Amino acid sequence: MATESNSMNTIVPNPMLPQPFAVQRVRRETHDTFTLELSPSEKHGFKFSPGQFNMLYVFGIGEVPISISGDPTRQKTLVHTTRAVGTVTKAMYKLKRGDVLGVRGPYGTQWPIGNALGNDVIIVAGGIGLAPLRPAIYQLLSQREKFGKIVILYGTRTPDDILFRKELEQWRARFDLEVHITVDRAMSGWRGSVGVVTTLIPKAPFDPLNTVAMVCGPEIMMRYTVTELQKRGVPTNDIYISMERNMKCAIGLCGHCQWGTEFICKDGPVFPFSEIKSLFVRREL
Amino acid sequence: MENLENIVSEHPFLKGLDPQYIQLVSGCASNVRFEAGQYLFREDEEANWFYIIRQGKVAVEAYAAERGAVIIDTVEEGDVLGWSWLIPPYNWHFDARAIELTRAIALDGKCLRNKCEHDHNLGYELLKRFAHIIEQRLEATRIRLLDLYGNGK
Repeated sequence: MATESNSMNTIVPNPMLPQPFAVQRVRRETHDTFTLELSPSEKHGFKFSPGQFNMLYVFGIGEVPISISGDPTRQKTLVHTTRAVGTVTKAMYKLKRGDVLGVRGPYGTQWPIGNALGNDVIIVAGGIGLAPLRPAIYQLLSQREKFGKIVILYGTRTPDDILFRKELEQWRARFDLEVHITVDRAMSGWRGSVGVVTTLIPKAPFDPLNTVAMVCGPEIMMRYTVTELQKRGVPTNDIYISMERNMKCAIGLCGHCQWGTEFICKDGPVFPFSEIKSLFVRREL
Repeated sequence: MENLENIVSEHPFLKGLDPQYIQLVSGCASNVRFEAGQYLFREDEEANWFYIIRQGKVAVEAYAAERGAVIIDTVEEGDVLGWSWLIPPYNWHFDARAIELTRAIALDGKCLRNKCEHDHNLGYELLKRFAHIIEQRLEATRIRLLDLYGNGK
């Protein structure tokens, strides 16, 4: 279905109408996270910018906002990674190849890849927060020569909770990328770091005055990460975070995700920290 | 080859310390090396040393019945390991095990405690630096209690 725009006399797709996408593959990542690969039905594929999200609809169950975790240059497959926690995502986890899912999007703002040109880039991810950052990492790597140092800091609960483990290992093996992983707790077989992700920031090799920081994870993790980045000397203007709160319509109409004067679905999810810092520490919102 | 006094004076933990104190501290220092798997210290043993890690990685572990050794922290190049030498009854609270080949400067805690007793200015300088490390570790522990990656659910 489509609505007709009178002023432009062109056909504009209804942003509230999900388009059917076939499930190509459901891949288990960790004990509670999975990646869903979808085939766009249109021959032009699916265009999006790193940081954007889609509304995914399991027919008869419900709709949820999920960040896109795939490579923006590979438009033939639409990839989302999420945690199976609620009714909809648990139903999503049970989908099989050939099942059909409704997709609305892409929505929201993007990671500031353009602002990072010529600068160092530090990416700080916590838990499932690595998923929305992965498209940005793909884009940075696809034009690696245009950036200074690229540092990825990833923290998660235990070694078993590490997302995209094989890919992280591949990135860590590259000479033009710094990847540091830390977990909150581990058994004695673990040979990596143990401690919160914020403890990696003071030693990370980047020039704080010429760095763009992209941060994604639970709000509490982002709060402490921003503090550490600021301690290190990264200007507030160069710190970007991705928020996630109660998105329902994804186009700024329903008000569910209103955050002060902002709507996370359309003004975010990626915000320059300088624009939302007063909201970030306010409790009654 | 760098001498111990140079290494000690250049380390971030002791940088800026009065040269006479660097000399005093270096008098209690020795170069040590631990192979992967080797313990730097064990829980309940007398804490006579602290370590400035120069290279490698050390796991700080607690033994939990039915779970075995749980790594609760790791320290690596540039970090300082251990402050039990400073606080009575001077016993280690955890195990510390080298995860990989680790080179460190070991500082003799008894030797340093004596020097600090004789010169309280040195004692205050060292205490300020250790207080900073203790504060960082305490903050990291508190953040971890908030379960950063799980939204507390």
